[in-house]
Amino acid sequence: MIGRVLLTFALFALLLSGCQQPRMSVLEPQGEAGQMQLDLVYLSIYIMVFVCVIVLAIFTYVLIRFRQKPGDNTIPKQVEGSTKLEILWTVVPIILLAILAVPTLKSTFTLAAKPPKAEQPVEVKVTAHQYWWEFEYPELGIKTAQELHIPTGKKVHLELTSVDVVHSFWVPSLAGKTDLIPGRKNTMWMKADKPGTYEGRCAELCGASHALMNFHVVAEKPEEFQKWVKQRQKPSSQPQTAQEKEGKKVFAQNCMGCHAIDGAGLKGPGNKGPNLAGFGDRDKIAGLLENNPENLNKWLHNPQNVKPGAHMPAIDFLKKKDLDALEAYLESLK
Amino acid sequence: MGTIVSILVLVLFLTAILTGGYNKKFLQRVQGSNMWDWLTTVDHKKIGIMYLGAGGFFFLIGGLEALLIRVQLFYPNNDFIVGDTFNQLLTMHGTTMIFFVAMPLLIGFMNVAVPLQIGARDVAFPFLNALSFWLFLGGGIMLNLGWLFGGAADAGWTSYVPIASNQFSPGPGVDYYVLGLQISGIGTLIGGINFLVTIINMRAPGMTFLRLPLFTWTTFVTSALILFAFPPLTVGLLLIMFDRIFGSHFFDAAMGGNSLIWQHLFWIFGHPEVYIVILPAFGIISEVISTFSKKRLFGYNSMVFATILIGFLGFMVWAHHMFTVGMGPVANAIFAVATMSIAVPTGIKIFNWLFTMWGGRLQFTTAMKFAVGFIPTFVMGGVTGVMLASPPADYQYHDSYFVVAHFHYVLIGGTVFGVLAGVYYWWPRMFGHKLNERLGNVHFWLFFIGFHLTFLIQHWLGLYGMPRRVFTYQAADGLTWINQVSTVGAVMMGVATLVFLYNVVYSRKSATAASAERDPWDGRTLEWAIPCPTPEYNFAQLPKVRGLDAWWMEKMAGNKELEPAEPLQPIHMPSSSYRPILMSLGFFVSGLGFIFRTIEVGVLGLVMVFLLMFTRSFEQDHGYHIEVDQIKEAEKGA
Repeated sequence: MIGRVLLTFALFALLLSGCQQPRMSVLEPQGEAGQMQLDLVYLSIYIMVFVCVIVLAIFTYVLIRFRQKPGDNTIPKQVEGSTKLEILWTVVPIILLAILAVPTLKSTFTLAAKPPKAEQPVEVKVTAHQYWWEFEYPELGIKTAQELHIPTGKKVHLELTSVDVVHSFWVPSLAGKTDLIPGRKNTMWMKADKPGTYEGRCAELCGASHALMNFHVVAEKPEEFQKWVKQRQKPSSQPQTAQEKEGKKVFAQNCMGCHAIDGAGLKGPGNKGPNLAGFGDRDKIAGLLENNPENLNKWLHNPQNVKPGAHMPAIDFLKKKDLDALEAYLESLK
Repeated sequence: MGTIVSILVLVLFLTAILTGGYNKKFLQRVQGSNMWDWLTTVDHKKIGIMYLGAGGFFFLIGGLEALLIRVQLFYPNNDFIVGDTFNQLLTMHGTTMIFFVAMPLLIGFMNVAVPLQIGARDVAFPFLNALSFWLFLGGGIMLNLGWLFGGAADAGWTSYVPIASNQFSPGPGVDYYVLGLQISGIGTLIGGINFLVTIINMRAPGMTFLRLPLFTWTTFVTSALILFAFPPLTVGLLLIMFDRIFGSHFFDAAMGGNSLIWQHLFWIFGHPEVYIVILPAFGIISEVISTFSKKRLFGYNSMVFATILIGFLGFMVWAHHMFTVGMGPVANAIFAVATMSIAVPTGIKIFNWLFTMWGGRLQFTTAMKFAVGFIPTFVMGGVTGVMLASPPADYQYHDSYFVVAHFHYVLIGGTVFGVLAGVYYWWPRMFGHKLNERLGNVHFWLFFIGFHLTFLIQHWLGLYGMPRRVFTYQAADGLTWINQVSTVGAVMMGVATLVFLYNVVYSRKSATAASAERDPWDGRTLEWAIPCPTPEYNFAQLPKVRGLDAWWMEKMAGNKELEPAEPLQPIHMPSSSYRPILMSLGFFVSGLGFIFRTIEVGVLGLVMVFLLMFTRSFEQDHGYHIEVDQIKEAEKGA
């Protein structure tokens, strides 16, 4: 009975994994770290299915065979136990656990090892904020947010910390999670084999918008990654049209206290909010909304409506003209 | 302060109205009432029932919170309950279910069954037993006051700092959590000590340790776990309290503090806590399976040994909750292996249950159904536990719905199934009539299917990238239908609970004097050997125990009664006392004082507690005796 239920669910699961996109599944890893972790998941599942099958087999047999028959009032034999059996079900689990423990320990150390310099890993500093992600490439002199660009086929070494509460960095299809804790620096590495966009999530309860602290990882071929690096190192942050110029002025008056834009020549920009250089190139606003003028308007007017508890104040006091100018300027940042 | 005064006045008015006003006979009237009897009782049987009642009440609250959570997750980007309110729901659900449902329900059964199982007249410290209960209830009410006044706790049941600090959780929510748990924690600690002393000292003649029923054994080990696990929690809560109320910086990285200290303290408590709520359930399952298989427990000695081993190892594995905090590969590896090793004694238990049933004559009463349903469910929870013990794989499972599925398999499939088995099993002992078996059948199947529908599928939810404690997910994530199935299952469990409540009412209504049987299940242990309803002194004469399953042995030897180990003589009983509830009230007032930053009230409440303790030292109360002819009268009536 139970076995049948489990089987049904297992079939469902197969069906399910068939139509799942690889952007956010542990079961379809797109890189070395994720693959290593999945191997252990499967190894442990095989062992555990073996255990479950044995238990369920005995269980089912006992339930059918020793059910009370009508009119049967005999007193069963009072058995004390059996040393042989006891030893059997102590030793077999120990062996099974040893089979699981050895590769577990091996992977634990492999995943904790820092990639050697010879492999030229990409260094990224990840800083978590309530409810957004800051990515800094110290060797490349780039600061960005919400979108982590990485080259394929290369290890990316992450140094993770937080400025406020504990967060957890998780890209299911690339690697398991590591916590970001204020006052501590944790490290991890990951690698993407194929180009693609992989979803990332915050996995540690971090406040009202924990559920919306999304980001994504964009893995590109090395050449394209280099192109992206060049663009980021020399961002086009200067306004071109009159409206954009007006927009930059509005930005300097209202937004600069928290946001910087690399290459825009702002004097003394803040760093409480994401660096907005290249904003127009990002797929998402606040890591969540499709990047289009309508959504930008929605976000600016009431950030708390999109992300409850977001620290950005509502920019609903601007004149329509100024707001349009600001939006035009932001969307022009490449 | 003004609020408290007006509440006090209101309470006085209500008391006056309900009791018919103050006059000369007022005190007599109050003391003669049923209500007074329950409020001041020190009888373990009544305290047990109150634990079960209060735990059941909190179960309904926690269950309602769970349903609201599942409703919110029915659609992607649903806006029914979002943001901080959702965080309050998930925090209160977890905290309530662990501290104010699982623990009190099990402690309730310990109260109901353990003194009877070891052939004792009460626990070692009846007064402290009452105090334990009232402190637990006070703490539970305090935690839930958050819903009414100023917002409930919202930092998760683990209450990690800094999210639980003033800066990120302003408002009284986390204060309710801290003070509520602190107060109920004192009660739990007292209770743990009480049961240790009871089991060590109060066993009937001949009841050696290796003749204790398994439920008593698990209670014993659980009490030891409580004794060692609760102090770290107390320390941690105290540090948070100081950070929040008195402005210290134990957990503030900017001031040289370290937030990881809380995580360690919490899990040094938190992991043994898992065993605190599962071991007694193991005990109940052992009793039920053995009784309804009509066989003694297979491998009793190794069951006892496994219980002790699980309790011991339970203290060695706390850091597996923290594999992702960056402890380094060495620490992770050690805790991984330690964690895996727990699977061995747990496996021993599973096989011993299976082989207890092997060759037996299985009677599928509702209690037995829950016990039997427990086995595959708990095995599922156990094997995913071993999977979680592997750190690299855990980096993926951690804080995802996979973990949610895992611990619900353990806590519902283990603890709740165990508790429900115990409810159906001991109900006739507590209330003098069985619960209806047909409604019980409906209850079991709805609950069992609803449970698996809700949680089995959540394993995949986690593997598909859904973190836990999120109030929503995106339509593009492809998680929608899984969440919907899960919600349907949760509703089924809700319906099952309603069926159970109906069963309670229905069974009580249809009970007659004749339905009070003293041994309705053909039981094996001492609690089934005494008259029903249980006399307040339990055993007219303390029994002489001749082996494991003492009552069964006597029945097999053709005896209708236990052999007494003492002549019939007056029985010394403890008097009931109004002090425990007042002491709890003192703590409650004090807690409220600290929560609302009126330190004077906080101190005042503590002064009240100390005054009550102080005056008790001078109280001449030697209890009372039940005379021989009264006992004879009572035994004849039964």
